[in-house]
Amino acid sequence: MRRNGPLALIFHSIFVVVMVAPILVVCLVAFTPEGFLSLPTNGFSLRWFRTIANYPEFVHAFWVSLGLGALSSLMALLFAVPAALAIARYRFRGRDVLAALFLSPLMIPHVVLGIAFLRFFTSAGLGGSFAALIIAHIIIVFPFALRLTLAAATGMDRSVEMAAVSLGAGGWTLFRRVTLPLILPGVISGWALAFIQSFDDLTMTVFLAAPGTETLPVRMFLYIQDNIDPLVTSVSACVIAITMTALILLDRFYGLDRVLAGKGDTGR
Amino acid sequence: MSAMAEERSARAPWALTAPALMLFVGVLLIPLAMTVMLSFHDWGQYKGIEPVFILKNWHEIATDPYYAEMFWRTFRIAILTTLLTAVLGAPEAYILNRMSGRWKSFFLLVILGPLLISVVARTLGWALLFGGNNGLVNKLLMSLGAIRSPIPFMFTETGMVVALAHVMMPFMVLSVWAALQRLDPQIENAAMSLGAGPATIIRRIIMPQIMPGVLSGAIIVFSLSASAFATPAIIGGRRLKVAATLAYDEFLNTLNWPLGAAVATLLLAALVLIVVGSNALIERRYAEVFR
Repeated sequence: MRRNGPLALIFHSIFVVVMVAPILVVCLVAFTPEGFLSLPTNGFSLRWFRTIANYPEFVHAFWVSLGLGALSSLMALLFAVPAALAIARYRFRGRDVLAALFLSPLMIPHVVLGIAFLRFFTSAGLGGSFAALIIAHIIIVFPFALRLTLAAATGMDRSVEMAAVSLGAGGWTLFRRVTLPLILPGVISGWALAFIQSFDDLTMTVFLAAPGTETLPVRMFLYIQDNIDPLVTSVSACVIAITMTALILLDRFYGLDRVLAGKGDTGR
Repeated sequence: MSAMAEERSARAPWALTAPALMLFVGVLLIPLAMTVMLSFHDWGQYKGIEPVFILKNWHEIATDPYYAEMFWRTFRIAILTTLLTAVLGAPEAYILNRMSGRWKSFFLLVILGPLLISVVARTLGWALLFGGNNGLVNKLLMSLGAIRSPIPFMFTETGMVVALAHVMMPFMVLSVWAALQRLDPQIENAAMSLGAGPATIIRRIIMPQIMPGVLSGAIIVFSLSASAFATPAIIGGRRLKVAATLAYDEFLNTLNWPLGAAVATLLLAALVLIVVGSNALIERRYAEVFR
């Protein structure tokens, strides 16, 4: 294969700079010592990070997002792991329809999901509640949890399971001691990806969140709608840092291209 | 014994998928059906939602030119975004694929990573870069001599397309990247040994083979851009409405839920038709690639 020529490398450099620029500029502005939006030209300051503490609604929204992400992705796995095992192992009528249904939240626009959930939970008397947020987030992160578990379950060596069965293991013991450890890398990556999706979702959540159950992206969005100041850049910088940490861990343990590979074919 | 085992294996997949199936029917299909029904209900400033069956909302969308203009703007932005990501993302994926191992995985992380970073944070970055008439982007373009007077980016479709293209770019690169993995590098060498120049190789060898990847990437980018909310809302402001931001307004500001539900239902139906239609076209055109 030929190497990249100078023109290709120039194109590549500009491309990477443009991809990184908006993220970098948010992180840089967050460190400004000034009282207005500016790049930190005379030294870095943590002033705006300390200011976050004076805004309890941001701090509260952060804990809501964290709890919501952790709980909804965990509960999505409780539903997704058995479903993934069934889809990976059995050829049954309706299998393709089921798989399509379970992946459909990726294809339905989040604004439509937000509206549907708002209508549904309001008539069920759960409007604006944390429970409604959890249930809605289970649905939107389910495809990510299912897909990575499915990949692990499909690629699994069944002979170990058969050996365990021949030695008398069955049911719950078989699952807990043999199957689960074998698919664990996929399950954990599915959990991490599901967590990130839940933690970052704005479009669907903005319809459901009420004062008190606002998530961090919703709080940030509502704040930006009124004004953009260095405070929201420092909050964003924290969010970026959390995501980057999860991203690097995912890449180390599983490979980012593998995590994202399946993501391309249906979209969100 | 074997009959019993068979019966068990016939029931097992349903037992395993039953919880998820019930969840999806109860909390996804029923709410979606309720939304479609809601679009046929009546609404008034003082009486609220009236559960009757009328075509008032659909009639309003069909006749008021405001909605035609808004949907046309939504799809125009989505098409331009798709073109921009294809024209820039496909060459980048090709260049990336030719890099050596360590650089390849590093830059793949840099380019795909933003996919998982909050859309609010990424769009905020563009709002900072655009920032009025003397934003960084305009300063840079003017000092390079590319433009004479600053281009208005904030609250314009231009700004929305640029920011959306950035948000969607990883999907395009990923899709073309996947197509490139199926490509045999020896074909390129064979073409070169037969005397083909770089331009000919790209046009006659590479392009036809990565086209399915570009097209499937285009479908993803188009459907996500047409239903995007955060970026149009932040860059477009309160005046420049697209389908998603209009539906949001109807639901949370005007409180005319039935009309908002009609806009959302129409958006969903249009996207499903476009995505399913173009998928079928691509699969027929490139049947040999997908076999």
